[in-house]
Amino acid sequence: MRSYILRRILAMIPTLFLASIVAFVIIQLPPGDFATAYVAGLAANGDIVSQEALESLRADYGLNEPVAVQYFKWMGGILTRGDYGISFEHREPVSALIWERIWLTMWLSLVSVLLTWLIAFPIGIYSAVRQYSAGDYIFTLIGFFGVSIPAFLVALVLMYLQFKYFGKVASGLFSDEFVAAAWSWARIQDLLAHLWLPALILGLGGTAELIRILRANLLDELRKPYVITARAKGLPEWKAILKYPVRMALNPFVSTLGWILPSLISGSIILSQVMNLPTTGPLLLRSLQSQDMYLAGSMILVLSVATVIGTLVSDILLALLDPRIRYQ
Amino acid sequence: MTTEAPQSIPTPRVEAPREVEAQVFVAPQWKLVWWKFRKHKMAMVSGVILILIYLVALFADFLAPFDPGLTNSTYLYVPPQSIHADFGEGKPGVYVYGVTSTVDPVALRREFTIDPSQVIPLKFWGRGWEYKLLGIFKTNLHLFGPADPAQPAYLLGADRLGRDLLSRMIMGTRISMSIGLVGVFFSLVLGIFLGGISGYYGGSWDQLIQRLIDFLRSIPSIPLWMGLAAAMPLQWPAQRVYFAITVILSLIGWTSLARVVRGRFLSLREEDFVTAARLDGASQPRIIFRHMLPAFTSHIIASITLAIPGMILSETSLSFLGLGLREPVVSWGVLLQDAQDIRSIATAPWLLIPAIAVVVSVLALNFLGDGLRDAADPYTR
Repeated sequence: MRSYILRRILAMIPTLFLASIVAFVIIQLPPGDFATAYVAGLAANGDIVSQEALESLRADYGLNEPVAVQYFKWMGGILTRGDYGISFEHREPVSALIWERIWLTMWLSLVSVLLTWLIAFPIGIYSAVRQYSAGDYIFTLIGFFGVSIPAFLVALVLMYLQFKYFGKVASGLFSDEFVAAAWSWARIQDLLAHLWLPALILGLGGTAELIRILRANLLDELRKPYVITARAKGLPEWKAILKYPVRMALNPFVSTLGWILPSLISGSIILSQVMNLPTTGPLLLRSLQSQDMYLAGSMILVLSVATVIGTLVSDILLALLDPRIRYQ
Repeated sequence: MTTEAPQSIPTPRVEAPREVEAQVFVAPQWKLVWWKFRKHKMAMVSGVILILIYLVALFADFLAPFDPGLTNSTYLYVPPQSIHADFGEGKPGVYVYGVTSTVDPVALRREFTIDPSQVIPLKFWGRGWEYKLLGIFKTNLHLFGPADPAQPAYLLGADRLGRDLLSRMIMGTRISMSIGLVGVFFSLVLGIFLGGISGYYGGSWDQLIQRLIDFLRSIPSIPLWMGLAAAMPLQWPAQRVYFAITVILSLIGWTSLARVVRGRFLSLREEDFVTAARLDGASQPRIIFRHMLPAFTSHIIASITLAIPGMILSETSLSFLGLGLREPVVSWGVLLQDAQDIRSIATAPWLLIPAIAVVVSVLALNFLGDGLRDAADPYTR
C-alpha cells in the first residue's frame, strides 16, 4: 500500500509541472507584459510614466529576462516563499487575495460531492433493484435532463422562480452580518446554511451521471452467481443486495471523484458568477477581463493543483476500498 | 448434417422469423445499424428534432421576421406579444395586439400595456428586411411577419436595445449549432491522429499520449478555456474569434475521442482480418484506412454525436461569461449574456428563452448519441 501511494505521488510530479507551465503560458499569452499593463493603468489615471521608470519597473520584476528564467523565478517564489507575484489591478500580493476564495471553492466542491453521493446512492440502488419500474424510468429521464442542463442555467431559472414567488433571491454565501466577519462557529453555520443550494445545483450533472453508472454496475453484479447463492442460502433480500453487490458497485463512486472534481470546479466558476458567490469564479473572471495575469495564472495553477491532489486522494481511497486496484 | 436432428423435439419456431433471420444474415452493416437504431424511439424523435433545428439554421434569415441587429428605442424590453387568431369575415386572421408604453412616474421605468384596440395582422410570405437566401439569392421574402414591417410584433419579446428576441434566437441557431460541428471536426482530426498512433503503435508513443490525455483531463477545463479566450485580442474580427473559440474548445475535446479510437485500435489490432491483411503485404496506411477504420466508423460517429453537446454547452458558457463570441455575432450564449444577473431576469424573464433552445438541442443530441452508441455494434445482442 505504501509503495502504491509513493508511486502515485511520484507520478503526480510531472502533471503538476505541466500544470504550472500551462498556467505560466496563460500569464504570458496576452500581448504586452505586466509593466505595459501597469503603465497603461497609470496613464488611464493621467499619470505619465517615463521610459526610465518603465525600464526600472521591468528590471524590478525581471521582465527583461528570458521567459524560462521568469518561469523559474515565479515558481521559485511560489515554492520557497509562497509568493505568487503581484496583482497589478489590486496592487496587492496575489496570495493575499486568493486563499479565502480558494477555500470557499474547495468547500463548495466538497459539499457538492457529498450531496452527489448522498443522492445518487439510494436512487442508483433503487433503479437497479427495480429495473424498468416507473420510478426507474422517471429517474432515468431526470438523469438525462441533469446531464444536459448546465448548472448555471438551472441556477438562473431557480433564481427567477424565487424572485417571482418569494420576492427575494438567495445569493452569496454569507448573511450580511457575516460577510466581513472573522471566522467563528456562527459564521461556519451561516456558510453551511447558504452553501447547500449552490452545492446541490452544482452537483446535478455529476449526480445524474453517477446514478447511471451505479445502476449499470449494480445490474451487472446482481446477475452474478454469488448473489443467487446468497439468496438460495436464505439471506434476507436487503442483505443479499447491500452486503456484497453494492459494495462492488461502489467503486465508481470513488473513482469518478477524479473526473467529477475538474468539472465541479469548472462549473463552480460560472455558477458563482450567476449566484454571486465569493469563490474564485468572479475574481478569476475579472482578472482575466482586466488581463491581471499573475492573479489569473496563480488561480488557474492553484485550482489545477487542487484537482490533481483531489484525484490522488480518490485513487488512494479506491485502492483502500478495492485491493485489486493496487496490482494493476 | 443437421437434418438428422431428433424430430421429437417440438419446435415452437415458425417459418416467418427464419425468413427475417435470413434477411439479417445477408444485410449489410449499415442496415443492421439502422434496424437497431430504429428501435430507440427517443433517438428517432431526437433525430427528427435535430434535422428541424439544422433546417432552421440553414434558412434562418428566411424564418426570422425582423433584422436581428435592428434596434428600436421605443420598444426596449417589450414583453412577448401573444398570437391571436380570428378568421371571420373581414377579420385580420392571425394577429397580435399592439402595445403602448407609459413611463412610470415613480420608478421612472417604462411599462408596456397590451392595447386591444390596435390590431397588428401577421402575414405569411410577407416582405421584410433584405437578406441573401442561402447566401446567393437577394430577397426580402419571409415565412411570416407583420403585414406592415414597420409595426412591432415581438413574439418572444425584445431585449435591452429593442431587438426582436425571436429573430435573434433563430439567427443564433446558426452559430450555436455549427460551432459544435466545427469544434468536433477539429477534435476528430486530433483524436483520430493521436488516438490512432497511440493504439496502433503502442509502446512509448502510447505512454506519452496517454499521459498527455490524463493531464488534460485532470485540470479543470473552464479556467483553462477562460485563460485562453481572454488572451484573444479585442480587435480580432468576428470570424477569427469564432475560429479561435472552436480551436480552444477542441484542444481539450479531442481527448475523449482519442480514447475511443485507441481502444478500438487496440482491440482490432489482434483481429484475424488485420493479421491476414498484414501477411498479405498490405501497406500500413492501407491496413489502417481500408481495413480498420471502416470497422469502427459507427463507434466514431456515436462518440462524435455525444461530443457535440459538450461543445455547444462550452460555447454557451464562454459567451455567457463574456469571454467567447461577442456582439454583433449572435449565438445562444451571447443572447443569454443579457440574462446574467437577477435584475435583468426580473425585468425581462423572456431573456431566458434562448436557454430552452440550448437545452432542447443538447438533450436531442444526447438522446441521438445514446441511440447511435447502442446501434453502433449491431452484432452484439
